[in-house]
Amino acid sequence: MTTTVTEQAAVRKDSPGEADGPRRRPGRIRRIGLPYLLLLPALILELLVHLVPMVIGIVMSFKELTQFYIRDWGTAPWAGLDNYAMSVDFNAPVGEALLHSFLVTVAFTLLSVGLCWLIGTAAAISMQDTFRGRGLLRALFLVPYALPVYAAVITWVFMFQHDNGLVNHVLHDQLHLTDKPSFWLIGDNSFYALLTVSVWKGWPFAFLIVMAGLQNIPRELYEAAALDGAGVWQQIRRITLPSLSAVNQVLVLVLFLWTFNDFNTPYVLFGKAAPEAADLVSVHIYQASFVTWNFGAGSAMSVLLLLFLLIVTGVYLAVTSRGRRPADA
Amino acid sequence: MPDLHRATPRSPMAPPRSFLWFRRIFLTLLSGFVLVPVYVMISSSLKPLADVSGTFRWLPSDLTIRPYIDIWSTVPLARYFVNSLIVAGAATVCSVVIAVFSAYAVSRYDFRGKRTFTVTVLSTQMFPGILFLLPLFLLYVNIGNATGIALFGSRGGLILTYLTFSLPFSIWMLIGYFDSVPRDLDEAALVDGCGPLGALFRIVVPAAIPGIVAVSVYSFMTAWGEVLFASVMTNDTTRTLAVGLQGYSTLNDVYWNQIMAASLVVSVPVVAGFLLLQRYLVAGLTAGAVK
Amino acid sequence: MRTIRAAAAGAVVMSLALAVTACGGGSSTDGGGSDDSPKELTYWASNQGASIEIDKKVLQPELDKFEKETGIKVKLEVVPWSDLLNRILTATTSGQGPDVLNIGNTWSASLQATGGLLPWDDANFAKIGGKDRFVESALGSTGTQGQDPAAVPLYSMAYALYYNKQLLADAGISGPPATWDQLVADGKKIQAKGKQVLGAEGANVSENVHHVFTFAKQHGVDFFTADGKPDFTSDGAVSAVKQYVDLMAKDKAIPEGNAEYAQNQSVSDFAKGRTAFLLWQSASANLKSQGMDEDKYGIAPVPVRSGTPGTGAQVNSMVAGINLAVFKNTDNLDGATKFVKFMTSDEEQKILNKAYSSIPPVAAAQADPAFNTPANAVLKDTLAKSAAALPQVADESQFETVVGTAVKELFAEAAAGRAVTTESVKARLEKAQQQMPTK
Repeated sequence: MTTTVTEQAAVRKDSPGEADGPRRRPGRIRRIGLPYLLLLPALILELLVHLVPMVIGIVMSFKELTQFYIRDWGTAPWAGLDNYAMSVDFNAPVGEALLHSFLVTVAFTLLSVGLCWLIGTAAAISMQDTFRGRGLLRALFLVPYALPVYAAVITWVFMFQHDNGLVNHVLHDQLHLTDKPSFWLIGDNSFYALLTVSVWKGWPFAFLIVMAGLQNIPRELYEAAALDGAGVWQQIRRITLPSLSAVNQVLVLVLFLWTFNDFNTPYVLFGKAAPEAADLVSVHIYQASFVTWNFGAGSAMSVLLLLFLLIVTGVYLAVTSRGRRPADA
Repeated sequence: MPDLHRATPRSPMAPPRSFLWFRRIFLTLLSGFVLVPVYVMISSSLKPLADVSGTFRWLPSDLTIRPYIDIWSTVPLARYFVNSLIVAGAATVCSVVIAVFSAYAVSRYDFRGKRTFTVTVLSTQMFPGILFLLPLFLLYVNIGNATGIALFGSRGGLILTYLTFSLPFSIWMLIGYFDSVPRDLDEAALVDGCGPLGALFRIVVPAAIPGIVAVSVYSFMTAWGEVLFASVMTNDTTRTLAVGLQGYSTLNDVYWNQIMAASLVVSVPVVAGFLLLQRYLVAGLTAGAVK
Repeated sequence: MRTIRAAAAGAVVMSLALAVTACGGGSSTDGGGSDDSPKELTYWASNQGASIEIDKKVLQPELDKFEKETGIKVKLEVVPWSDLLNRILTATTSGQGPDVLNIGNTWSASLQATGGLLPWDDANFAKIGGKDRFVESALGSTGTQGQDPAAVPLYSMAYALYYNKQLLADAGISGPPATWDQLVADGKKIQAKGKQVLGAEGANVSENVHHVFTFAKQHGVDFFTADGKPDFTSDGAVSAVKQYVDLMAKDKAIPEGNAEYAQNQSVSDFAKGRTAFLLWQSASANLKSQGMDEDKYGIAPVPVRSGTPGTGAQVNSMVAGINLAVFKNTDNLDGATKFVKFMTSDEEQKILNKAYSSIPPVAAAQADPAFNTPANAVLKDTLAKSAAALPQVADESQFETVVGTAVKELFAEAAAGRAVTTESVKARLEKAQQQMPTK
């Protein structure tokens, strides 16, 4: 996302006759100062809420910040790389659990983003043409995204209950698909429960963005294709999907980052101790920090997570932008 | 401005049968998937407690509005509601104003450090919230100790936190949107003697209303639903709805009907607002973010 | 490009500067309390009643009484259990917290280790009437042995076996079981009548720990060695955990659905007459508010393996309860002490413990007839004779998390129909032990 935007911004500036407009007017000094003045509030707030705390977090990750020192964390002894060593020692239980949680998160994120994208795109394309009830349907589809996380997820908890939930009532009592009621909030199925909720909540965002992206595809392209004798399916494949590639690049990245870092959904769904099969890394780190009171280790794990996300984002943007750069410029 | 309600037809020809059938089946299934939880939420909120604590039933044995009366006394929902309104409202207003300034600077001016600024602001989207929860908390406490400004536990601290959550996305979206507003318009305003801010507020902002509505909706939703920071940074008097709702699962019994009723009450403002403004949202995204 | 780098460097320097100031600020939290604001106190109460609103109704009149006596206004906040430990932790970290607060008594040693709570040395105890006013067992759960207590007992509770009289009569059972074997055997008769046997909170980490702790005692072992090292994998501990999980896995006494209970659903199951037995602490008020009259159920001591409850291997409950602590950073030390004195006075002890159906840890208050009803007599007896305190070690909170989670996962396996064997239990406990802090 980052690179795209700055690239776009850079591209915008490169176009002739735009950038030199305001600059050559009188009162130059004020003008040079003005953009910084305009950015100042955003800058200060980002610094205060995101960047400085992050630096503090990184400092903490090098400290032995357990319950014995939290009261006066400035005096906590330096732990060097101990917290990191413990987190990545995959033969020891702490590292092993982190690795397991990380792998669960990766699998969950890939599936969730893939499904959200697929359903969102399919729905947006299906609703490109007018038909009766289209407006109503679109409003309905946006409801899961608009619902506050807690309200949405707690409803799913209600539905996933073993004894009294709707899911088992339908699967077991009414359709007789299972021999006995399944558990959804504990045990292995919890992964699928989490995935269902995440997709239910997330796909409308993909739908929304793709729908917006479709508006920017020039109508002439379709008309030309129709003249060439291309049917609807071919048009989708040859025009719609390729035209969406720029939108998809950003959409998939945003979905990936949000899903990977999502804390609210698993926390409301499972509480403080998530089942192993659905032990997402955000809750895992929360548990390491707040439940077992080892904030140093928790910070170290967060920093590792951040590094991972930085690398993934960088590689992703490098790979996906390569093919498109000439087209953009 | 693209009008969504008048579709851009894909082709002059009628779509083939296979496509129509796919569409029918797919959209029906999808509607079911979306609707079931919504139906459960609504129907359960109208059931007596016995119905929701026993085997699931599709239809209430007895329709009752008791849950909607009881929710206000089981937890101080009204107070949480007011808190959430203040926090989300203020965070939205501040976030949008700040985003407008930043986006205007990035869109209209060429200056040193522009790239650093956009990269830095946008990369904050990557931070796991858990990494800066405790540090941010410590920072607020220390600012409070040093200056006497109470950030921790106050609505102000929460407003500050939430507005920065939505800021990156808002700035990013508005940059795209402002870029789509023709530059000649504000050039003309500048020539007419408006200052740069005059040009921003008289020309660019009015032309970018859909984009601004879109980011407002996004900011409001972000602040309305956040759980993690709210659970640590609020106390009894400043607690927001997202955290306050947990009060229904008390020591005693889980009042599912009240949870559902309260969830609905909490959702109605955002969902209604979102649906009313969705047209702007899509228009804003179309002209801004996804271009 | 150079300027960008300069800007970036500037930003980093600025953040570091801010961070350092923050560190400096962090270490300046002063050590002791003061008396800077003598007319006000903030009190964090835990959620003891059926809801937070009910707690406020119980506590506010007492706080008003305190204000009338001393002129000190107490600002009350009832903190839900889901938030309480986090709030205490953040308060400890920042030095900004309440003056007086309730803590779960099992947390005493862990919180004591943070140094955030005022130690109750003899001088402090003297201000509230002396240590010997309190019952011995309650004092056993106020911090690491050999150190000054980190808190003062406020409410005491013990586990008991609640049984549904009607369901037992229907199944032809004359009285509550005294041993686990008997409970399992009775269970078969109850199941024959189409009812469920024993409710449990399988996904509730703390409940799990409380129960396996008692079972471990009955198997003659502890989860910690005498010098405070974790020892989860002894044969006794493994058998104890297995025996508890087997109540679901093998004996089928605990219904499988209970494996996902974590929000006291087992209490409502019992109140609604679905299960015949419930292991709970002070359930009376809860059951009443759910419409179960006191004459519908009986209260018996928690079963043992054989014989009668007592000490050693006959322990049948943890010492459950709530302690009252003073936050070291209080700016009204004198007022806070007065408030603790007020809350632990004979009079207030009677009022509050009646309201919450708990037992006063103050010996004199126990004499009140309200605490000598047959139901309360069982709890009082248990506390006096056969209850043991959870390990008072600094790592107690981690112990609850890792062992409680292990039991939760074992329940999940049992519910999924997988076999729970000595090996699988031992593997879980071994993993739990390795997750304990090594320092």
